[in-house]
Amino acid sequence: MGRQYETVIGLEVHVELATKTKIFCGCSTEFGGAPNTHTCPVCTGMPGSLPVLNRQVVEYAMAVGLAANCQINQYCKFDRKNYFYPDNPQNYQISQLYLPICHDGWIEIDTPSGPKKIGIHEIHMEEDAGKLIHDEWEDCSLVDYNRSGVPLIEIVSEPDMRNADEVMAYLEKLRMMIQYLGASDCKLQEGSMRADVNLSVRKAGALELGTRTEMKNLNSFKAIARAIEGERKRQIERIEDGKKVIQETRRWDDNKENSYPMRSKEDAQDYRYFPDPDLMPVVISREWIEEIRSRQPEMQPEKIRRYQEEFKIPEYDARILTSSKHMAWLFEEAAAACGKPKEVSNWLMVEAMRLLKEHDQAPEDLCFSPVNLAGLINLVDRGMINRTVAKTVFEEIFAHDTDPEIYVEEKGLKIVNDQGALEKAAEEVIRANPQSVKDYLGGKEKAIGFLVGQTMRAMKGKGDPGMVNKIVKELLTKQER
Amino acid sequence: MANVIRDDIIEYVGILAKLELSQEEKETAKEDMGRMLDYIDKLNELDTDGVEPMSHVFSMNNVFRDDVVSNGDDRENILKNAPKQKDGAFKVPRTVD
Repeated sequence: MGRQYETVIGLEVHVELATKTKIFCGCSTEFGGAPNTHTCPVCTGMPGSLPVLNRQVVEYAMAVGLAANCQINQYCKFDRKNYFYPDNPQNYQISQLYLPICHDGWIEIDTPSGPKKIGIHEIHMEEDAGKLIHDEWEDCSLVDYNRSGVPLIEIVSEPDMRNADEVMAYLEKLRMMIQYLGASDCKLQEGSMRADVNLSVRKAGALELGTRTEMKNLNSFKAIARAIEGERKRQIERIEDGKKVIQETRRWDDNKENSYPMRSKEDAQDYRYFPDPDLMPVVISREWIEEIRSRQPEMQPEKIRRYQEEFKIPEYDARILTSSKHMAWLFEEAAAACGKPKEVSNWLMVEAMRLLKEHDQAPEDLCFSPVNLAGLINLVDRGMINRTVAKTVFEEIFAHDTDPEIYVEEKGLKIVNDQGALEKAAEEVIRANPQSVKDYLGGKEKAIGFLVGQTMRAMKGKGDPGMVNKIVKELLTKQER
Repeated sequence: MANVIRDDIIEYVGILAKLELSQEEKETAKEDMGRMLDYIDKLNELDTDGVEPMSHVFSMNNVFRDDVVSNGDDRENILKNAPKQKDGAFKVPRTVD
């Protein structure tokens, strides 16, 4: 039954900008301070205080707009969105309704049927609200205004997405782009990136859009995917039952996998926007736009191209290495330090990815210094440690950012290429495993692997694998005679 | 008075402004609002074709600050304005999300 319906999705994504100070005052934006220690008369809405715009907010917003192929409104201004809620001390939020800073752009995502452009309706600048903590003991709410006035951009897409996969691809792309620009760290869990989902369904092939609902409280990619599936089902069921979908804001409860209407009639959504008289319009010159454009860092597509040409890295690998700005940085720094980009790529693509997956972490969580990875590669290259040991050392670097030279020295992990010691170990192994020796001599070539493995084990993995192989073979040949 | 404010309108405006008005206050407010709208309607007598909407009376623009932290911890002073406080926060009636 669901197949007869098409899902239409548009996203409103809020991103906290990485400025040091708030959008309209000189308070710190640092996360996690004691309640209300980053506040002043401006961000607590005291009468008579005057907001002054942070230039960096305008520049970040422009940078994101340009990266998303937007037009920049060269004349833009701020409006007041009026509503009462304790997290909003002015009783209005300063936002942009009539002349947002960016409009009409697009972002390209990859879909199973090829690349697809998702339209960007607009990007506007606004201020974040404070945080409410509900106190169960006294049945009251406590307000912390540290977040009040933290700069946000809201990126409003066109209703161009058709399923959860496209939404994920769009969010990933957006997040990566903004991280590359350094405009935000875009952490969903910490709330520096938040997405509201506008969703409607219509009969397949219909041109008119169905009635949409807006879903809030989505704080992970998984929650977003589940919310889309849940809301799609709910709307289709209503329509099949002959009921109408009501245009409303709903709150997604990820534990119950259900959404609930959020606002009552008492909170009519009538924001009575008007231009904020406290803030002067922003006039953006061609020169300023060009200056921002010239300062844009190298983005993923250019990096992928460069890695292929400069480092001879395959496209697939280059795509993964550049999927996070942090990993691309690690790669480039480590490659420069050891001069072996292919080796660096291998360590990141295989071992780092494996460990990240094991720890359920993202590439941004890689917390070792590129110098230590380069150091490890040099140790292997100089024949100081073998590959098996190198893997253990890498795990140590991954977990504790250890200096590999010191670690190898302290733990005595240097390769053993002492002919006498290796021979002694191999002889003992051969003596202890007559059956394997018999098998080998009887034509079972594979049995040598076991003997080599046991010898390596006796050497605690530090033996030079080439030498061990050779010695075991030589000893076996002797036995043959 | 050309503009007559209906009961449901004054009710709605009251909700938006979070005001509870007595019947008497509602009647007064209806009259006041009607007169205000009449006054504003005078603007309709003017021909404003081709006139750009104006949002600011000053010909000033691009008033910026640099992104430098200039405020320290002033919580004690800020909280002096809180009718009630607890644990360094403003204490308000419980909000329902």
